[in-house]
This record gives sequence, C-alpha cells and structure tokens, in this order.
Amino acid sequence: MKRGRRGDEGNSSSSSGFLEAASKKTRPLEEPEDSTSTWSLLPQEILLLVFQHLPLLDRAYASQVCRSWNQAFHMPELWRCFEFELNQPASSYLKATHPDLIKQIIKRHSNHLQYVSFKVDSSTESAEAACDILSQLVNCSLKTLGLISTARPSFMELPKSHFISALTVVFVNSKSLSSLKIDDTPVDDPSLKVLVANNSDTLKLLKMSSCPHVSPAGILCVADQCHGLRELALNYHLLSDELLLALSSEKHVHLEHLRIDVVSENPGQTQFHTIKKSSWDAMVRHSPKFNLVMYFFLYEDEFDPFFRDEIPVTHLYFGRSVSKEVLGRVGLMCPRLVELVVCANGLRPLDEELIRIAERCQQLSAIGLGECEVSCSAFVQFVKMCGRRLSQLSIMEEVLIPDHQYTPDEIHWEVSKHLGRVWFPDMMPTW
Amino acid sequence: MAPNSIHWFRKGLRLHDNPALREAVRGAATVRCVYFLDPWFAGSSNLGVNRWRFLLQCLEDLDASLRKLNSRLFVIRGHPNTNEWKISRLTFEYDSEPFGKERDAAIKKLATEAGVEVIVKISHTLYDLDRIIELNGGQPPLTYKRFQTLISRMDPPELPVEPLSEAFMGTCITPVSDDHGDKYGVPSLEELGFDTEGLPSAVWPGGETEALTRIERHLERKAWVANFERPRMNANSLLASPTGLSPYLRFGCLSCRLFYFKLTDLYRKVKKNSSPPLSLYGQLLWREFFYTAATNNPRFDKMEGNPICVRIPWDRNPEALAKWAEAKTGFPWIDAIMTQLRQEGWIHHLARHAVACFLTRGDLWISWEEGMKVFEELLLDADWSVNAGSWMWLSCSSFFQQFFHCYCPVGFGRRTDPNGDFIRRYLPVLRGFPAKYIYDPWNAPDSVQAAAKCIVGIHYPRPMVNHAEASRLNIERMKQIYQQLSRYRGLGLLASVPSNGNGNGGMMAYSPGEQQPATTTSASSASHGTGTAGGSVTNGNGSGSILLNFDREDHPGPSGMQQHGYHTASDPGKGMARLYQACSSHEFAVPQHPGRLGHNAGKRERESERETAGDTETHSSHKVQRHSSEVSLKCHRHSQPTPEGQSSV
Repeated sequence: MKRGRRGDEGNSSSSSGFLEAASKKTRPLEEPEDSTSTWSLLPQEILLLVFQHLPLLDRAYASQVCRSWNQAFHMPELWRCFEFELNQPASSYLKATHPDLIKQIIKRHSNHLQYVSFKVDSSTESAEAACDILSQLVNCSLKTLGLISTARPSFMELPKSHFISALTVVFVNSKSLSSLKIDDTPVDDPSLKVLVANNSDTLKLLKMSSCPHVSPAGILCVADQCHGLRELALNYHLLSDELLLALSSEKHVHLEHLRIDVVSENPGQTQFHTIKKSSWDAMVRHSPKFNLVMYFFLYEDEFDPFFRDEIPVTHLYFGRSVSKEVLGRVGLMCPRLVELVVCANGLRPLDEELIRIAERCQQLSAIGLGECEVSCSAFVQFVKMCGRRLSQLSIMEEVLIPDHQYTPDEIHWEVSKHLGRVWFPDMMPTW
Repeated sequence: MAPNSIHWFRKGLRLHDNPALREAVRGAATVRCVYFLDPWFAGSSNLGVNRWRFLLQCLEDLDASLRKLNSRLFVIRGHPNTNEWKISRLTFEYDSEPFGKERDAAIKKLATEAGVEVIVKISHTLYDLDRIIELNGGQPPLTYKRFQTLISRMDPPELPVEPLSEAFMGTCITPVSDDHGDKYGVPSLEELGFDTEGLPSAVWPGGETEALTRIERHLERKAWVANFERPRMNANSLLASPTGLSPYLRFGCLSCRLFYFKLTDLYRKVKKNSSPPLSLYGQLLWREFFYTAATNNPRFDKMEGNPICVRIPWDRNPEALAKWAEAKTGFPWIDAIMTQLRQEGWIHHLARHAVACFLTRGDLWISWEEGMKVFEELLLDADWSVNAGSWMWLSCSSFFQQFFHCYCPVGFGRRTDPNGDFIRRYLPVLRGFPAKYIYDPWNAPDSVQAAAKCIVGIHYPRPMVNHAEASRLNIERMKQIYQQLSRYRGLGLLASVPSNGNGNGGMMAYSPGEQQPATTTSASSASHGTGTAGGSVTNGNGSGSILLNFDREDHPGPSGMQQHGYHTASDPGKGMARLYQACSSHEFAVPQHPGRLGHNAGKRERESERETAGDTETHSSHKVQRHSSEVSLKCHRHSQPTPEGQSSV
C-alpha cells in the first residue's frame, strides 16, 4: 500500500488542509548560505515563469520558503484564472476547494480574476456557495465565467432571484465578459438584458442549454445587440427564424458554432415548430463555415417536423431511438453532415439509409452506432463509399449482422482495407 | 522422510487440473486438504446467501470426492491446533490478485521460516499473467485488442493436468479422526447464521461435479448448433441456463484450461482441422484480460488512486442507490434484472450492461464502485478483478470506451424480449400489463393500469428518473470529462474518447506509414485532410469547441497565462500525455502549462487565418497527425500504472 501515496497526499492536502499542509512542509533550508541567497535573488519575472508551471499546492509550499517567493505567490498573473470546486462530502466523491483558499482569493485576488469557473456537485448548498462567491466578485472584471454542474443540475434548485442577483453582479461589474457558460441554470430574460447592457461589445460565447426561464425574445435581444457573438448553445424552443436572421445580419460577425438541444420530456406534450429553409440559407450565406450541432432527445413519433427541408447541420446526435424513416430523411436533407451518432434504432437494418448517407453526405467523417442493426455487406459498402475520410468509426459489435458475404471475423479486414488502418468493432465484455 | 502435506483450497475448488494439489500428494506420507472459512473470508461477511450456499456446496462436493479417495476435506474455523500434523509441505494455487499476492507472500515467508516447503502453481488463469505483462513491456495491456494481440503471440496455455486419482494417491494417506465431522465438517447455512426458511432451491448448484456435467452439456449444445460465434441475444438467453459456466469458473470448480482445450477439440472436430479463432475463447479471454489488468494494481477496485481509472464526479446518493439495488427504480426492465440477480445470483452479460449503465453514466450518475459492491454481494461469478474491471468498462471509467451509447432502460429490454415474459417472471406485480406497456407502465392509461390490477405509484413505483433528461445531462458530463482529459476541442462526440475504443491504444498500426492518429485530434486532422473543394465545413484545428472562448487577443504579460475557455490548459501536445495524471490531480484546476496557452491560441488564430486563405490544409494536417501519434504513445505509457504502482509483494 505504499504506491500512489504521493498522489494521495497531493490530493488530500490540496483541499482538506490547504494552508496547514503548506505550512507543514516548512522547514528551514539547510543549504549553505550562498546558495540560499542565490535562490532568493531570482528575479520576479523568472520566478513568475517558474510558478506558472507549478500546480497551486506546490506554489503554496514554495511560498513558505522566503519572503521573495511569498511575494511571488501573490503576483496577480498567477490569479487570473481559477476553478472553484464546490462539493459536499455527502453528495460527491470529489474534494472541494478549501474554504480558506476561497476566502483568501476573495480578499486578496478577486480583482485579479479574469477566467473563472465553478464546478458544482448536485447539492443545493454547493450551488448556493457558488452564488455567494459570485456576489462577492464586485471589484473584478471577468472575461469568462462558467457555471458547471458536474452531477445533477443544482443551480436549478436555487431560488431564481437569489441566483439572478449573484449572476448580475458579475454582468454589471465585469463589462467585458467574452464567454459565458450557464447551462442548466435559472437565468431569465431580464438578466440577459443586464448582460447585454454591460457586455454587448465583448460577448463572443454564450452557452445556455436548458435554461427554462429564457424566452425566444430574450435570446433574440442578445443576438440583436451582441454582434461579436460567435458561439451559441441553446435549446430548440429558443430557436426562431428571427434569431437566425439576427445572427446573419450584416453587422454580425460570422457565427462559428451553433448548438441546439432538441429535448422532449414527456411524449406528445411538446409541439415542435419548424424553421424555414430560407433562414438557414441566410445563416449559411453569412457564415459559410459555421457548425450546426444538434442533439436530439426525442421519442420516435416526435420527429415529424424535422428533416423535412434541407438543414445545414454538421453534427447530429440521436440520444434515443430514432426511426429508419427519419434516418432516411437525414441522408436527403443534411448535405453538410460531418458526424452522425445514432444510439438506438428499431429492429430493421439500416442498410439503405447508411448507403444513402454515404452517397449524399460528402463531408461525413465520423459515425457511431449503438443499438442498431446493419448487415455486414451494407456496412462494408458504406465504408467503401466513405473511404479514408471516416476518421471515427465506432460501431458496437452487435450492430453488424452476418450475411452471406461476410462473417464478423472477416469484416474487420475488409473495413480496415477501405479505411487504410486497422479497425475493429467496439466490444463489450462477455462476463 | 516423506513429507506431510497440506493443500490449501481457496479458489480452485476441484480435483481435476489442480497441479498444486498433485504436488501436495506427490511422494508425501500424508495429505490434508484444508479450507479456511476464517480469517480470510472474515471481511466478506456481506456476501449474499447465494454465494455462501454456492461455496458450501462446492466444499460438500470436494469432501465427497475426497472421500472416494479415502481422504476428507478439512474445513477450518478459528485457530485449530495443527502442530500434531507435523506439516512439512504446503501447496496452494497461485492467486493473481494484489491482496492475495500480499497474503501469500506473508504465508510463504512464515512457512519457509518454519521449515515448511511451499509449492505454488498457476491454474486459475490460462496464462502466467506476468508473462503477458512482460511481453507488453512491463505494463498490463489496457485494451482488449492489445491483449488479444499479445495472446496471439504467445504459446497456447499449458494442458490441464490429470485429476487426482486413487492411483496417484498411492501410499499417501489422510489421517482422519472419528470426530472429523464435528471438527472439520462442512457447515450448513444455518450454522453460519443464515435464515434459510423459505429459501428457494439453488438455480446454480455449486460444486465440481455439477461443473463437469455442465461443461459436457455446454459442448454438446455448441456441437449441435455448430456455431461458434457469439450467440445473439434473445428472451431466452436472459434466463439461467443449465449450460452456464461462469460461477464455476469463478470458484474454480471448473478449470479454465480444461474448458479451453475442450473448446479447441470440439472446434477442430466440427470445423475439420481449421485452427480456431481467438473469438472462440471470448468468455475466457475477457476474464484473463481483467485479471491481467488488475494483478499489479491494488487500487483496481477504486476510483481514487487508481492510475487507470478516469475520475468522474459521480453523485453520492444512498437513496437512489438503494432503489437500484432493491429493484425499486420504477423501470421494469431494470427491476426485473435486479430481482433475478438477488434471487438467483446470476444475470446475462447484456443485462449486466443494462443495469450498470443505468446506475452510472446512463441515468443515476452514481459511482461504479457502489454497483460493484452490490454485485460482489449478489453475483456468483463476481471475482474481484473481473467485477471491478467490468464495472470500470461499463461506466466508461477506463479502457478507452466510447461513451455515446447508453442503454435505454425501456427500449433495450423491449428489443430483447418484446413480449415482456422476462419482466412477468420476476415482477409478478406487472403480470397483468399488456406487452405494449410492460416496459413503461407509467405511460399506460388508467384503465389499463386498473385492468392490470397494478396502479403505478401505488403497487409499483413510478420511474425514479426521467431517462431522456438524465441521459441528456449525463452525455454532456461525460463529454466534458473526456474532452478535458483528451484536450480535445472539436465538436465531435466520438473524437473525445482518446484512442477510439478500437482498442489498439495507439500501439498497433495498419502499416507504419499509415498510423491512424487514434487519438482525439483525428477528427479534426481528417477534416483538414479532406477539407475538399468548397470546404464549407471545417472543424479546422480542433478549435471548434463551443466551449472555447474567443479571448485570444489580449494576453498581457510575456506569458499570457489565461485559461482559455472553461477547461484547463489546452496544450494538445502535452495534454494527452497527462491523460490520467490530469484526472488524478485536478483539484486545483489551473492550467498545467499556463505559459503555453497564449502561444496556442495565437497559433490557432494564425492557422485559421491562413486556412481562410486556403493554403494550409495539408500542412496543418500533417502537424496534427505527428502530434497525435506522439501523443498516443505517450498516452499509452502514461496511462499505465506507474512503477510505484506495482505490487510490493
């Protein structure tokens, strides 16, 4: 049980006894006088470079060595970015950032912070703690802010007003936010207005999937004002023709990424609207290289409004079972498709659908199939048509149905030949 | 003077192919076969009644077989006075598991000091695992494919040795006292304190005799269907089969080498001399793979401190865990499987995938360690290495698994058993539901629930989780973790998993010149390479992530040490090398190479500018490829247990 001790030590002390651990290591240097003095003469610029390569805990140890290293520890450059990890022992396996460290950062370094993220476990207490820290960041100017739920989204459990007031502290004080990731939070339209009023010139990335309190009008206001916005992630119900037109207006920079989550929580209860082909066309004209990433979590019978017209989607993920028919439409309507992931499909093999996709989706370079069925010969045909551009090919072993042409043992050679590299289907342990 | 031997049974509860047992008998005056119920099993008091029963049946069977050789089994509880035995030789089967190795080393030392000869033989695994590791350059292979490659380079396993027979016993005797039954008899479940009232008879009876009957049946059936491929799953395969062997392999009632050679013989007979493919031995090789991965890693069953395990911020949620373990999730497919597991001690491997996925990355986001503990208690064939390894595999915590595919707790069962007979068998309360609703009874109209005499929420729980919502969140979480590990910044989901699950771990190339950058950057390099005319879509240099911020322009100071985007440093070259290091030391998630960030972003900017000019496609593609092949090698090296991680035994 001696192994891994070093790692363990680092981990536990980094969180559960931040300062104590650091001071424990303090012992007088037993080096000859001259070498000590040489070290302390190291210019601050060099020290900074060294410190930048050290993890925080090591910097803390180093800061106990001498006055000059201690000063270096507090250099603003070392505190520009920080990730707060807020976990409760009752709800997480991971350790939290030590409270003393948080206090120290707020006291001494909050004005240095520029790139901040909060990783929060599934407990409401942790989300609350994140908000408390946020609302103390009054004299700092953040460039990026990320609120990340590592398990169940706990920000959603906070009183909305509490969350909003903490978030708007950052919006109002920062004035130059460029990236904001607030998925699964109770952010709402008025707070987005505050965001826009203070940061419209700088905002470039906004990630807000599954924010139920935002309306299509709320996000439209962001798109109208923030002309530098290049990456945007939101749910399908916020997507509108107006939004796409706003993003493709002349004043707007080229959009690079748009991610849309299409989610239905209860079958038959969500009516999905359609987006006009002309709106997508405008987007493609304005931002010819933009990526459109769509994640679908729908029941099979909810796909009716989708893939009726050409859509410039580049990355498609079907998280639930999707019908043969819909995949057939994908082959017809998604000429820009780069990656396709199908988690499940009915019991009928996807042979013609795949071949059509190979034929029509000339950019396709990655495909993943889970609980689907494809006959071996159709699969070989598909790979042959796509050839070496298929850089990611993740197919569960069970997907491939042996037929008169190929057995599973033969297929990996055939596919490897067409890909120009060794390929095997994904396997699961037989246990 | 002829020695007095003790053979110590732990696993390997059999007389056939038991080389250590033969060594005990060879030239000995006396032999005593012992099994200690304590102290080594003391910590395992949480083992479920099915496992205890299976074990006791194995011991009964051993004792019966030994009687036929005028010997007996000595089941030892507490601290017997064995001085009068005058032992001078101790034999046992090699245990490859880290704690077993540590224990055996201590025993061996004590015995040697006491002048007792110790003989240890490998017979629980097909191969000497240390040989496999040696062949792989001193590190256990981390992918199954790599493992297969190594195996195919090795000689076939050693042939099984002859069973212990009267002839072999010769003059070697077992002194048996009149009170043997009282002192050393196999205890009953009741004596061990189990309440056996109403306990149904065992679906899996333990013992070597049963194992040998089963293997014959197993081979007969294989010969009859003359199909050596993995059988496709159907409703029937979910049920315990009289040809199932896994618990017997686990307790060593059946020798894996015997199984191996019987399969080989049968294949040759049926297929007329063609040499059998590795896939013939799938079940045995998977087992071997996990033993190999675990043998030098005492933290193999933990997330923390386990160098091959990805650190995932699982949720701690005892209530949800209990619902899963006690078959109260509200998903009939999951609950039926968990009921079968608790009642019978075995479930089909795809059923294991279903419940493991549900507990971990699919729905509940609870640590695989918790699931492993439940299996440890309930599953007859749950060996430490295989159990932990499979759980890591199924939760995508190791072995470079793709994580995109989550088994649906409704659809997966429905595909396998559309009629729902399996559910009705194990969850009688749902018996009245028509097939249409039996996998999602909460969707059944009230009238259907009333007719089925089962109101969801009263007689059967409502689903504990919204699967669509949970899988949406969880796929996002997994992506976040894997992107952070792999420093992959592209949009592709598949490319976030380093070394794309085909399992070569970056070590095997089609031909040297064509090494696929089997790492995360491959998608983006490919999109460069194939960024054909028009090139309307490029991921470019992997910069495409919507997670990435755009704050590239102002990096004050010489080093520009900002964190870009929401992840830590994005130096792609160094990133992969830190694959697992990163996950064991990210408490303070500051950039590990802060100085490089500015560069990186700057380069990115420049590249994308040039890309617009359209002259860098091949150039940057090459660079990325070179990067990633370096990276994949590093990754392979670094993701192995560190030298300090080797066992100290």
